[in-house]
Amino acid sequence: MVGQEQAMPSARFSAISGFWRNHGTALFFMLPALVVTLVLFLAPAIITLGLAFTDTATATGLSRWEWIGWANFEQLLRSSFTSIILRNTVFYVSTTLALNIALGLGLAILSVHVREGPGRFFRALWLLPRITPSVVYALMWVWASASPPFGIINQVLAPFGVEPRAWLSTDPWLIVIMINGFVGASFGMIVFTSAIQSIPEDLFRAARVDGASAWQIVRRITLPLLRWPILFVFVYQAMSLLASYEYILLTTDGGPGLYGTEVWSLWAFHTALNSYYGNLQFGLGAAMATVLVLIGIVVSASLLRLFHFGSLVSEPRVEIS
Amino acid sequence: MTVREPMPSGGRFSVLGLAPYLVLGLVSLPLIILFGWLLYSSFFSRMEGLTPIGGFTLDNWRFLWNPNSVQQLAGRSIWVLTFNTFIFAISVALLVVLISSMAGYALSRLAFPGRRTFLSGVLILHSFPSVTLLIATFIVLRSIGLFDQLLGVILVKAAFEIPFGVWIMKGFFDTVPWELEMAALVDGAGRIRTWWRVMMPLVKPGILALGLLSFVTGWNEFLLPFIFMPSGSQETLSTLVRSILGEGRFVDYGLLTAVGLYYVAPILVLFVLAQDQLMRIYGGGVKG
Repeated sequence: MVGQEQAMPSARFSAISGFWRNHGTALFFMLPALVVTLVLFLAPAIITLGLAFTDTATATGLSRWEWIGWANFEQLLRSSFTSIILRNTVFYVSTTLALNIALGLGLAILSVHVREGPGRFFRALWLLPRITPSVVYALMWVWASASPPFGIINQVLAPFGVEPRAWLSTDPWLIVIMINGFVGASFGMIVFTSAIQSIPEDLFRAARVDGASAWQIVRRITLPLLRWPILFVFVYQAMSLLASYEYILLTTDGGPGLYGTEVWSLWAFHTALNSYYGNLQFGLGAAMATVLVLIGIVVSASLLRLFHFGSLVSEPRVEIS
Repeated sequence: MTVREPMPSGGRFSVLGLAPYLVLGLVSLPLIILFGWLLYSSFFSRMEGLTPIGGFTLDNWRFLWNPNSVQQLAGRSIWVLTFNTFIFAISVALLVVLISSMAGYALSRLAFPGRRTFLSGVLILHSFPSVTLLIATFIVLRSIGLFDQLLGVILVKAAFEIPFGVWIMKGFFDTVPWELEMAALVDGAGRIRTWWRVMMPLVKPGILALGLLSFVTGWNEFLLPFIFMPSGSQETLSTLVRSILGEGRFVDYGLLTAVGLYYVAPILVLFVLAQDQLMRIYGGGVKG
């Protein structure tokens, strides 16, 4: 093949022009998306990986940086904060995830099984936290958890004998988990709702004829058939939560105190982009982010393999066994 | 996502009567209270919990006509910030829709080298934690001179939304029967003309849904303007609300809720008008 091309330069030329004739249109359509993803997605991803091995920081000046090998990662391994923040992250992701799934599942099952109108109303209501700007949603919670006499939580819980307090200082995790759990619930709710609605009605009718109670129907029919959607939402939300920090930033900002509610992604954000001390450590922050990406890659690769991701997103899989 | 016909009235558990409604209402109570309070509080000078102190007032809304009433506005008009926010959101929506429908069409209809690589690569990029990209984007924007400018933030935001948009639009193009396009091509129309004249009108629901979603996420965006436009010369409403909230314990909550309500109002109106489209596309997956 190579020999032929050298012998006949015109054939090579026509092969190239043939390529452009065939794929020029495709290139025209793909070009904007390609440029944008290359410059603002792929390049930053590669730069981050490179930065992780440098000491780039505003203190050293952005232009005077040096390769320092694995030093950033070693610093992370040695840091006494690493274990605190890892523990925070695992706690935050697992508890919020549990709340997400439980709420999403409960809302989906209940809202499908009541009348159409109210069901739609409740589903729309639970979408509100997600479509509300994060700063407005955060401000509602900050105000609700304010110290007496202002906070709504104190006022509502007072009749039940709950000691009034400034919730963001005394029980920061509770508020952080509620804020994120309420936002995340809608994702599971929507996926589960359409999955339940695609279960053949005959199954429910047959169960009712056989005298099954409502609980038995949910336990023996709905939940087993939701196995795949639940697993999907579980993995997808775990990944999202691992990377999410916006609401924590807006409410406790990682406090109270040093790293009270600081999670891994917020730690990276604080280190590289919003440091208390004014020195933005891009290198160290990039190393933290790289660790996060590694976890993300492992999770998303297994996600792709496990469920044929694309088809599952468009149509929740229901298996009848 | 296929949504089945509504259940026949009475539902599947008609035996249970009111119990499911009660549970739903109880679980949803925190949300109802929070959003109710936002509405309510902006019309009273002070609130203690859910109890208004003093009478009904429009005083909290003075920021609409008096720029000096809000210290964080620094003498600028709220309308300028609203305009910035709108330009940001609409530009993001237009860019995302245009770029995604071009790429989505090619990925759905044309065979070319690298097609599969692009599709799976974009999926992996979408699952990248955004904090990872922000650090390097900071450096990219500084080096191309778009740091601290609205245009830079628009491009970054659009780029973050495009992987999702490409997949969505590809899905919509996939559902268009090949015969319709074939007819146009046989009649001698080029690919580009066919795409614009024949295919784009056929995927209008997709364009509408994606455009709406991109507009809403653009309007709501906080982190990107916060990080990449620190000087506030082209401030958006999100960073304004944040800077009032960031004042700490001496916050004027009447004013803050009025500004917050003003900021969220267009989104709520859009949501009421286009609930189904938004509900459908949110099921397609967003970061939570």
